[in-house]
Amino acid sequence: MPLLEIKNLHAEVDGRKILQGVDLRVEKGSVHAIMGPNGSGKSTLAHVLAGKPGYEVTEGRVLLDGEDLLAIEPDERAAKGLFLAFQYPLEIPGVATMTFLRTALNAQRKKRGEPELLVPDFMRRVREAAKHLGIEQDMLRRGVNVGFSGGEKKRNEVLQMALLEPRLCVLDETDSGLDIDALKVVAEGVNRLRSPERAFVVITHYQRLLDHIVPDIVHVLSRGRIVRTGGKELALELEAKGYAQYQEEMA
Amino acid sequence: MTVQAAVPIRTAAEEQLAANWQQAKSGLPGPVLLRATAFERFAKAGLPHRRVEEWKYTDLRALMRDAKPLAGAPDAAARERARSAGASLASIEARRIVLVDGAFMPELSDLAGLEAGLTIGSLAQALAQGDEAVVSQLGTIVPSNDVALALNTAFMGDGVVIRVAPGVSLARPIGLVFFNSGTRPASVFTRSLALIGNGARAMLLESHEGAPDAADQVNTALELKVGDDAHVDHVKITAAGAGALHVSSLMAAIGAHARFNEFLFTVGAPVVRNQLFIRFDGEGTVAGVRGASLLKGREHADTTLVADHIGRACTSRETFKSVLDGESRSVFQGRITVAPKAQKTDAKMAAHALLLSEEAEADSKPELEIYADDVQCGHGATTGALDDNLLFYLKARGIPTKEAEALLIQAFIGEAVEGIEHAGLRDALMEQVAAWLQARE
Repeated sequence: MPLLEIKNLHAEVDGRKILQGVDLRVEKGSVHAIMGPNGSGKSTLAHVLAGKPGYEVTEGRVLLDGEDLLAIEPDERAAKGLFLAFQYPLEIPGVATMTFLRTALNAQRKKRGEPELLVPDFMRRVREAAKHLGIEQDMLRRGVNVGFSGGEKKRNEVLQMALLEPRLCVLDETDSGLDIDALKVVAEGVNRLRSPERAFVVITHYQRLLDHIVPDIVHVLSRGRIVRTGGKELALELEAKGYAQYQEEMA
Repeated sequence: MTVQAAVPIRTAAEEQLAANWQQAKSGLPGPVLLRATAFERFAKAGLPHRRVEEWKYTDLRALMRDAKPLAGAPDAAARERARSAGASLASIEARRIVLVDGAFMPELSDLAGLEAGLTIGSLAQALAQGDEAVVSQLGTIVPSNDVALALNTAFMGDGVVIRVAPGVSLARPIGLVFFNSGTRPASVFTRSLALIGNGARAMLLESHEGAPDAADQVNTALELKVGDDAHVDHVKITAAGAGALHVSSLMAAIGAHARFNEFLFTVGAPVVRNQLFIRFDGEGTVAGVRGASLLKGREHADTTLVADHIGRACTSRETFKSVLDGESRSVFQGRITVAPKAQKTDAKMAAHALLLSEEAEADSKPELEIYADDVQCGHGATTGALDDNLLFYLKARGIPTKEAEALLIQAFIGEAVEGIEHAGLRDALMEQVAAWLQARE
C-alpha cells in the first residue's frame, strides 16, 4: 500500500475549479517533486491535503495509509503524520515558539495515545533540532515567527517538521523568498529527515530547490492535473525549456 | 414656570435611593455637608441614562429596576464565608485587608507588623472621629461631577484609608478584598483613600468578589494620590460576586517623575462599569493604564477613562482588551486630554475587542483633546474575530480547534497582562484566563 494515494481529485475555491483530476501515489521513503506554472494548482493541492477551510473537494479521494484523509480535521491529519510546510508561515504574536511547539507535539501524542513528553526531554529535542538549523534560543522564546526574516521562518518550519516527526511532509514553495545560503540550510534540514519510513512531496516552481533536495520522481502539474511524470532529469528539462509547452496544452 | 417642573419623573430606583437617604443620613458617619451636597447633585440629575454621553452605553436608569437597602453589618456567617476570599492575592503574598458587605473587618485583616511609614485604617472610623486629614481630602484628589460618584459620596459607609510615608518602599503588596456575602441583596457603598508619599513604592490590589449569586448593587470608589518620584501599581480584579451591578470609580492624581501602572481585570461579573479619572500633574511621569475583560452570557463591562495630561513630557499607554462570547457586551470610552502646557506628551490609547460569537457586541469610543502643539498622541481600535488563517496554521500542527482558539485568546489577553510588573500576579491572572477558556463551551 502506498503511503499517500490521491485518486481523481477535484477541488474548487470560491466556485473556481482548480484541481481537475489529480492522481498520485507516493511510496514510503520517496521524494516526489511537483512542479508547474503559476496557477496550475500546486498550492491548492497542498492546502487540500492539509484541510484548509475554503477548499472544497468535489470529487475523488485522498488516502493516507489507506485511510480517508479528507474525512478528518486538519489537526487529526497532523496527528496521523501529515505535515505541511507553509509557503508563508504565519506570525503568532504572544504565543512563544516553545509553547507552540510543546502544545503541538503533546496534542499529537495525546491523539495517538502516547504519553506527554516530559519538559526536559522536550527541551533537549528542541535544542538539538534548533542547533542543526542555526536557530538561536532567543528566537524560540519570542512569539512564533514574530520579527523573523523569510529565511528564519522557513527554518522554523523545518524545525517543527523535525520535532513532530511526520511520515508525509508536503513542502509548499519552501524555496520562495530564500537566498541561496538560506536555501541550503533549509534543504540540509530536510535531507537530514529523509528516511525509509518517511516520504516528501516537494512543491516548487523552480528547479534550484531540487539541486539540494534531490527528488526520486518529478511530476508536472498543469491546469489542475498531473500531465507528465519522470525522473529527476525532468526538472532539468523544465529549467531549460520552461513551462511553455504545458501552458500551450492549456490553451 | 418653576425649575422643579423640568425635573423628570423619578424612577422606582430613584425614589428608593431618596428614601434610603432620608432614612440613613442622620446615621452615616462624618461630613454632613459633603454628603448632603453630593446627594443634591444626584437628586437634580437623577440616575445617568443613555442620553448622558458619559453613560451612553451603560444606562443606569434602565439597569437599576430598584435600589436595594443599604447593607447592614455582616453577621458571623457572612464573615466566615469571607475567610477563603482573595485567592488571587496568595500569588503575590499580599497583606490581606478584608471588607465584608462594605464594612472593614480588622479581625479578618492582616494588620500585624505594618512596615514603618505604612498606616491602614477604616474610613468609617476616620469619618466618625472627624479625622480632618481624611475628610479634607475626600473628593479633592481629582474632583468630578459624575453622578455615580456623587451617590458614593452621599452614602459611603466604610472603606480603607492607606498612607505610605515619603520614601517608604513597601515590601509586600496590599491586597484589598471586597467580599459580598450574598446574605441579602443590598446597596454597598465603599470609599477608599490611598495617599502615597513622594518617592514611595507601593502595590495595591483590589479584588471584588463574593458569593457568585450576590445580587448587590455595588458602588465603590478609590481616591489615589501618587507623590513625586513614587512608583505605584494599582490592580483591580472584578470577579463573580462583585455584585449584580458593580460601579467603580478611580480618581488618581499622579505627581512628577512617577511611575504609575493601572490594570483592570474583569471576569465573571454580570454588569461592571469601571470609570477612571486620572490626572498627570507633574512632569516626566511614565504610566500604563491597561485592562482585560473576559465576558460571556449577557455580561456587560464598561471602561470609561479620562486621562488628563497637565504636566509636561509625560508618557502614557492606555491599552484595553476584551474577549466576548455569547451575547456579552464591552464598552470602551477613552478620552485623553492634553493641556496647553503639557508639551512633549506621548500618549497612545488602544482598545481591542475579540468577538467569539455573532451575538456579542463591542463599542469603542476613543477621543483625543489636544491643546498643546508639540505632542505625540494617537489612538486605535479594532474589533474582530479570531484569524482563520492562524487557526488553520495551529490546527495543521496537530492542535485541536478549542486548544488553538485558547492559545490565540491567551496571546491576545497576554499582550495587555504583560503590562503588569509583578510576575506572580501576571501568572495568576493568566491562570484565570486559562480557567475561563477551559469552562468555555
